[in-house]
Amino acid sequence: MEIAPVLAQLDRELIGLMPVKTRIREIASLLLIERIRQKMALATTFPTLHMSFTGNPGTGKTTVALRMAGILHRLGFVRRGHVISVTRDDLVGQYIGHTAPKTKEILKKAMGGVLFIDEAYYLYRPENERDYGQEAIEILLQMMEAQREDLVVILAGYGDRMEKFFQSNPGFRSRIGHHIDFPDYSEAELLAIAQLMLEEQHYRFSPKAREAFEHYIAVRKTQPLFSNARSIRNALDRIRLRQANRLVANLDRVLTGEDVMSIEADDVLASRVFSKAARETGLNGKGDA
Amino acid sequence: MRVTQGCFSFLPDLTDEQIRSQVQYCLEKGWAVNIEFTDDPHPRNTYWEMWGLPMFDLRDAAGIMKELADCRRVYGDRYIRISGFDASHGWESVRISFIANRPANEPGFGLQRQEAEGRNTRYSTFSYAAQKPEGERYSS
Amino acid sequence: MNDQSMTVRGKERYKSGVMEYKRMGYWEPGYQPKDTDVIALFRVTPQDGVDPTEACAAVAGESSTATWTVVWTDRLTAAEKYRAKCYRVDPVPNSLGSYFAYIAYDLDLFEPGSISNLTASIIGNVFGFKPLKALRLEDMRFPVAYVKTFQGPATGIVVERERLDKFGRPLLGATVKPKLGLSGRNYGRVVYEALKGGLDFTKDDENINSQPFMHWRERFLYCTEAVNRAQAATGEIKGTYLNVTAATMEDMYERAEFAHELGSNIVMIDLVIGYTAIQSMAKWARRNDMILHLHRAGHSTYTRQRSHGVSFRVIAKWMRLAGVDHIHAGTVVGKLEGDPNTTRGYYDICREDYVPENLAHGIFFDQHWASLNKLMPVASGGIHAGQMHQLLDLLGEDVVLQFGGGTIGHPRGIQAGATANRVALEAMILARNEGRDFVHEGPEILAKAALTCTPLREALEVWKDVTFNYESTDAPDFVPTPSMAV
Repeated sequence: MEIAPVLAQLDRELIGLMPVKTRIREIASLLLIERIRQKMALATTFPTLHMSFTGNPGTGKTTVALRMAGILHRLGFVRRGHVISVTRDDLVGQYIGHTAPKTKEILKKAMGGVLFIDEAYYLYRPENERDYGQEAIEILLQMMEAQREDLVVILAGYGDRMEKFFQSNPGFRSRIGHHIDFPDYSEAELLAIAQLMLEEQHYRFSPKAREAFEHYIAVRKTQPLFSNARSIRNALDRIRLRQANRLVANLDRVLTGEDVMSIEADDVLASRVFSKAARETGLNGKGDA
Repeated sequence: MRVTQGCFSFLPDLTDEQIRSQVQYCLEKGWAVNIEFTDDPHPRNTYWEMWGLPMFDLRDAAGIMKELADCRRVYGDRYIRISGFDASHGWESVRISFIANRPANEPGFGLQRQEAEGRNTRYSTFSYAAQKPEGERYSS
Repeated sequence: MNDQSMTVRGKERYKSGVMEYKRMGYWEPGYQPKDTDVIALFRVTPQDGVDPTEACAAVAGESSTATWTVVWTDRLTAAEKYRAKCYRVDPVPNSLGSYFAYIAYDLDLFEPGSISNLTASIIGNVFGFKPLKALRLEDMRFPVAYVKTFQGPATGIVVERERLDKFGRPLLGATVKPKLGLSGRNYGRVVYEALKGGLDFTKDDENINSQPFMHWRERFLYCTEAVNRAQAATGEIKGTYLNVTAATMEDMYERAEFAHELGSNIVMIDLVIGYTAIQSMAKWARRNDMILHLHRAGHSTYTRQRSHGVSFRVIAKWMRLAGVDHIHAGTVVGKLEGDPNTTRGYYDICREDYVPENLAHGIFFDQHWASLNKLMPVASGGIHAGQMHQLLDLLGEDVVLQFGGGTIGHPRGIQAGATANRVALEAMILARNEGRDFVHEGPEILAKAALTCTPLREALEVWKDVTFNYESTDAPDFVPTPSMAV
């Protein structure tokens, strides 16, 4: 029942997120003790393990769900430890009689592991009384209660919308054992994430590029559709593209290792984020650019 | 009598725990698991009714055990079998099949003989239960 | 070994007279076998004083185009293509004076789809060649192009299982005993008891044909009654291998047709009927939805000795091409010859679609079977319920386990014997699938199953000490290093 390696992996993989990591440690300790109490025949009921992960996009919810499944598996609370990640479309059908088999199919696949439902609130559409989402919700609630030993459900999404969802569906709230809130990353953390990502792909910022990227983060955060680590990953993808373009435009010399690894300030500064910021027209932008 | 089709009919009826282990074995082999039922267990009745589609890509037996429980709730008075299907090249067929539920009373089969030319005899196996209409064969 | 080509070329090659085989072009050490070549591996033991390379070249020559002297008529042909080429000779590890000769044959040397033609070449003349003390055909590699000219097993493991509705466990059979002397009526009794007790098949023995004590029609008619009765008593499909071996093809067809008319799902032939007859029966079986069981009667006359004859692995390959569905392939633990590794090699040849080289198992070449049906091996001879864990471990689940004495010799009768075997088998499969270490826990698993099955308890008691531990006469010769050469 060694959970330290999973926690260590979590520390390594995710920058920052201190409150989340603390919560996970707490939960892991609780479950460990629960397991020991079960062995000593002191525990009387199977604990409620369903969870809700709230926070903005790109704050590490999916990654943490994977690690959480690992912890649950090592402690023997789920038998296989796999994660089935779904959204409304995977559960809810288009016509009568379509939803129940769809939802049950997914639930069967998730048995023995974790069902991760992203943006869970889309299951519930109060504006449409006959929405098939309601059917999926009922099946989910029933399974979450009746087959707690076979399946752990994690509901994920924006904090405010989740709150509304729980208000309208109190059955879910009562079945959730643990809430974890994922805060947005600070600018320093986002920079660290960027550097970690680049390192993994064998790139690095020149000192000036690094400065430019710090600036980029500050600007990008204020623009719409910012999604934390995901926006950073997207930005880096485009920066690599621009770097390659720059190198190819100038092929009359031999490229060194340094050349192909190094990201220069221009590669960063050519981003539309800056021009938009300058024109202050970022409000109707297309998100990451 | 006792119909002895399938892999484990000579053993005492399997418990749910034993069935679960066999199902898990199938899943670990990457086989699709199918639940079928019938009230006509004639040895040449190949096509039993399917309880839903074969279940592909499952990781844990719990989902199948739930389907088995549901199937028993509806057709608990009939034969139910579980089979594992291997789609890999060179097999593409059933790899294991066993009875997971059987009626309380199994009246068995009769053999009809029709004398033919010389000493030849034509044989026909018939199920006593299947003399009754479908659906009334095993329920009292 | 000698790695120089000594082939004489130009005018000198066709000068009348006698020339060494290695100089005639049957020794080509640089030759790279083509993907379409048939390759044979011989174990060559030359007479004292004969140059090993020359002996191996002679084997290549005598199994292809050569005769004892140079003939000018070679020049009317593409002779270089038709000459078999010995391209490699290795000393046999730990066996002074014997050599492994690798010989490649061009595909055009063989008639498509004919085992008789193939064997007439490869083992036709050469085994009596005077300069050799002994010669053994160890293995062959058949190119896909050649494999595709054969029908292959009439039914195959997959379809056999589908027809019988039996999956996930070895099939169980028994040979009716005594081998000879039972009347048709008494014979059918044994069949009925064994099938009702839980076996899937019963089997005629190799020498049950049509004798004064029981003519073949008597046997067929009573066996049909027995099979149908057992089927109705159990709700399970049953069969009995009706041996149709007879003096002529016409007789065999007559018997097979009668079996078909009676509704039998399987017939049986003996290896002694010959390759052409076997292929004819395989085609007949495919046409008539019949499983074709082959009893390898007589094979030990040429397969058993390490130094001379034909390895059974080659016979198994020929039979898969020829198209039988069942073949006796050894038990390892029973009363008949069978080294575990060699036997594993035979089983792979029967059941796999691709068999990679595996010297420890006696397999010298990669062999693609090009989706030819799988051939069901049969384990028969001196096996009993108490060995079930070993049998399952060594032979796997796609096999027919035949317990003749181990069924009929049960103290409480044939049904009890059959039940004991079936319960032992099912208990072992259940345990294996549950992930238990069934090989080591085998005796416990059987003992536990015996708690609810008296016949099994009695069987375990009667045969508890029966084993056949003798030195094998046919284990692979190889050095466990990456190379064959010493």
